[in-house]
Amino acid sequence: MFDSLSARFSSALSSLRSRGRIGPGDIDEIVAEIRTALVESDVALSVADKLSESIKSLSLASLEEINKSTNPSNGIFEIVSAELTKILGGQTRRIRMAKKAPTVIMLLGLQGAGKTSLAGKLALFLKNQGNTPLLVAADLQRPNAVNQLQQVGASVGTPVFAPEPGNGVGDPVKVALAGKKFAEDKLHNFVIVDTAGRLGVDAELMTQAAKIRDALKPDEILLVVDAMLGQDALRTAQAFLEGVGFDGVVLTKLDGDARGGAALSILSLTNRPIMFAATGERPADFSLFHPDRMASRILGLGDIATLAEEAKAALDPDLTKRFEEKFASGDDFTLIDFLSQLQAIKKMGSMTKMLGMLPGMNSGAMKRQLASIDDGELVRTEAIIQSMTPTERHDVKILNGTRRARIANGAGRQVSEVNNLVDRFTAAQKVMRQMRNGGGLPPGMSGMPGIPGMTGLAGMPKINKQLPPKKKSKSGNPAKRAAEQG
Amino acid sequence: MALFSKILAKIRGGNISASDWQELRSTLIGADLGANLSDELIAIAQGSKTDGVEAAITTALRSTLSKNSRELVLVESRPTMILVVGVNGTGKTTSVAKLMHLLTGGGKSVVVAAADTFRAAAIEQLQTWGERIGVPVIAGKFQGDPAAVVFDAAKQAQQRSSDYLIVDTAGRLHTKSNLMDELAKIHRVLEKAGGVDEVLLVVDATTGQNGIIQARHFADSVGVTGLILTKMDGSAKGGIALAIERETGIPIKFIGTGEGASDFVPFDSDSYISGLLGS
Ligand SMILES: Nc1nc2c(ncn2[C@@H]2O[C@H](COP(=O)(O)OP(=O)(O)OP(=O)(O)O)[C@@H](O)[C@H]2O)c(=O)[nH]1
Ligand SMILES: [Mg+2]
Repeated sequence: MFDSLSARFSSALSSLRSRGRIGPGDIDEIVAEIRTALVESDVALSVADKLSESIKSLSLASLEEINKSTNPSNGIFEIVSAELTKILGGQTRRIRMAKKAPTVIMLLGLQGAGKTSLAGKLALFLKNQGNTPLLVAADLQRPNAVNQLQQVGASVGTPVFAPEPGNGVGDPVKVALAGKKFAEDKLHNFVIVDTAGRLGVDAELMTQAAKIRDALKPDEILLVVDAMLGQDALRTAQAFLEGVGFDGVVLTKLDGDARGGAALSILSLTNRPIMFAATGERPADFSLFHPDRMASRILGLGDIATLAEEAKAALDPDLTKRFEEKFASGDDFTLIDFLSQLQAIKKMGSMTKMLGMLPGMNSGAMKRQLASIDDGELVRTEAIIQSMTPTERHDVKILNGTRRARIANGAGRQVSEVNNLVDRFTAAQKVMRQMRNGGGLPPGMSGMPGIPGMTGLAGMPKINKQLPPKKKSKSGNPAKRAAEQG
Repeated sequence: MALFSKILAKIRGGNISASDWQELRSTLIGADLGANLSDELIAIAQGSKTDGVEAAITTALRSTLSKNSRELVLVESRPTMILVVGVNGTGKTTSVAKLMHLLTGGGKSVVVAAADTFRAAAIEQLQTWGERIGVPVIAGKFQGDPAAVVFDAAKQAQQRSSDYLIVDTAGRLHTKSNLMDELAKIHRVLEKAGGVDEVLLVVDATTGQNGIIQARHFADSVGVTGLILTKMDGSAKGGIALAIERETGIPIKFIGTGEGASDFVPFDSDSYISGLLGS
């Protein structure tokens, strides 16, 4: 995500770092570099010009002061980061709740932007915060869109209001309205309305969307935008703004390597904030969009704050404490511990996504390693462990050929996979024992020895050393300070 | 685009200022041709006589087109196997439906494999199209092994002596190496079952510069033989497809122009290029 931007910014800034004093010529150079990077990242030319001009004038204006500090490049860095954050939307914007429930959210977007899966992600997100969302199937156009929403709803445990079969049958305005009524009756406090994908140039479908809006009176209209979008983003955003209007943007497919420059263009054109980002295909791969964190991500600093939050939410503090106590008391590390760790990790969402938030993980080599992690392996490993008896989980040494065959059969896997797991677990167990004898775990690594699917990640234990040098917090923005402290 | 005609008019008039060139450049970049290709085209245009700029740009655009054949392959001795691939939501399933429509309309017999076992209701989506068009859809279980479905479908296509087997695959980001490996496995299964004759990469016309990286990755893992450029009924110019052709030599074979099965035409360079230039 925003990869090339990030790579270019980092290289331009690090070349700056190697110089002592910075002159106006250096600023011109880096601004030119930044402008090219933006255009290559699908940012509209006008927006790229605007951003680079403001970086230039701000840098020039504070050049004297910047050069007074021991590390002048940091000064420029702060300016770039602040401007980027500003254009990315400044503060995080959260959903505006209706005065009287339900709060109605209408999804809007081009065909293929990812609205239907996003509806499920949003529902799960709201549900996890204690809400009772209802999904409404008002995409009656695309073959089996209704069906898809029903399946998505089931997978995130959210009811779906789908009175019409779709595939061209039914009136989306009526469905949307009836959905809202249904939510009122059944006391759902959120309604998420999935609508058909439509092109900005399709006047008829734009009018239909406006009719849905008029009938539904949504509290939030969210434009769902694919991070891979190119220069047409401006035209499309303009068309949706004029035809229907929207309050915020959701970026999808941010787990790819698209540069996402179109998002910057949309923001700068429409002044509507990016509110959420979808970062994977699983329902949990979804989060609030944090402009300051994204800016730091673009700059190659990683997204520590998000990682810390997710880890905290997923790792049950009791569990962590229990591990530490158990470990200290000299108890052995068993498959049962292993399994609870696996489950905690699964809860955190995709491993790949999580590791991608670490600093230093944006390099090409690291990216390739991350991409090769197989999240499915977590699931398979879990299945194998669950097919074991408690005694077997306590002591893998008793696993003879017959037992292994039974386990493989029960989990629907090959015996070789069971063998593989046992081997790896035994190795992890050995490491745990050695560490206990040799004095503690590497910091931050205390719950994750021998995680399956991580075998290719040779650099893993070194992650802590790749943290960027800690900057002094200059930010008056509490979210940013928190991110810096994370 | 009116703007572009205005620029061309000025250029033809001979009075070209630096800001006119800037405007021309932003029009080309605005069509998603990318900064590099746009600069190249501008350089060519600047090198030619002023009154011939429009022609020069058109010629330059034409020269970046791939020389490879744009015809869909047909193998006589066995079912011709077409694998349809691409990132999420580009229009793969709809394009498979369009191919079914086109081929059966031309009197060919077609079997389709529902190898997207991952996305919710993807199988049903393809089945709905199969019923509408009257083409058998070979499907497996939701979340089953797509390679197994393809294996099955290849056998069925052979038994029915169908002219074509078209395989719809799940959308996948080219950066997910496990998913790309899965695709390579599907490809291998088809190779064993006779041979893959076409690998069509579906590219959405709204895609930005990431399209080039997508094409390279898919080409590396399954050897793409042609592009289907979809959603050309919108305001996007689809210049990314030309940038892909220039970078990889993979030719655009079809253009998608709507959500219906018949909204599909073979690539035509004249209308594509004039669409890019907005005239
Ligand atoms: N306007 C327009 N819409 C299209 C075109 N081709 C596909 N679509 C729409 O784009 C959306 C996605 O199409 P699908 O065929 O489901 O895309 P896909 O690539 O199979 O998607 P996944 O399997 O989820 O990756 C649907 O709403 C289609 O109707 C086209 O040429 N023009
Ligand atoms: Mg599909």
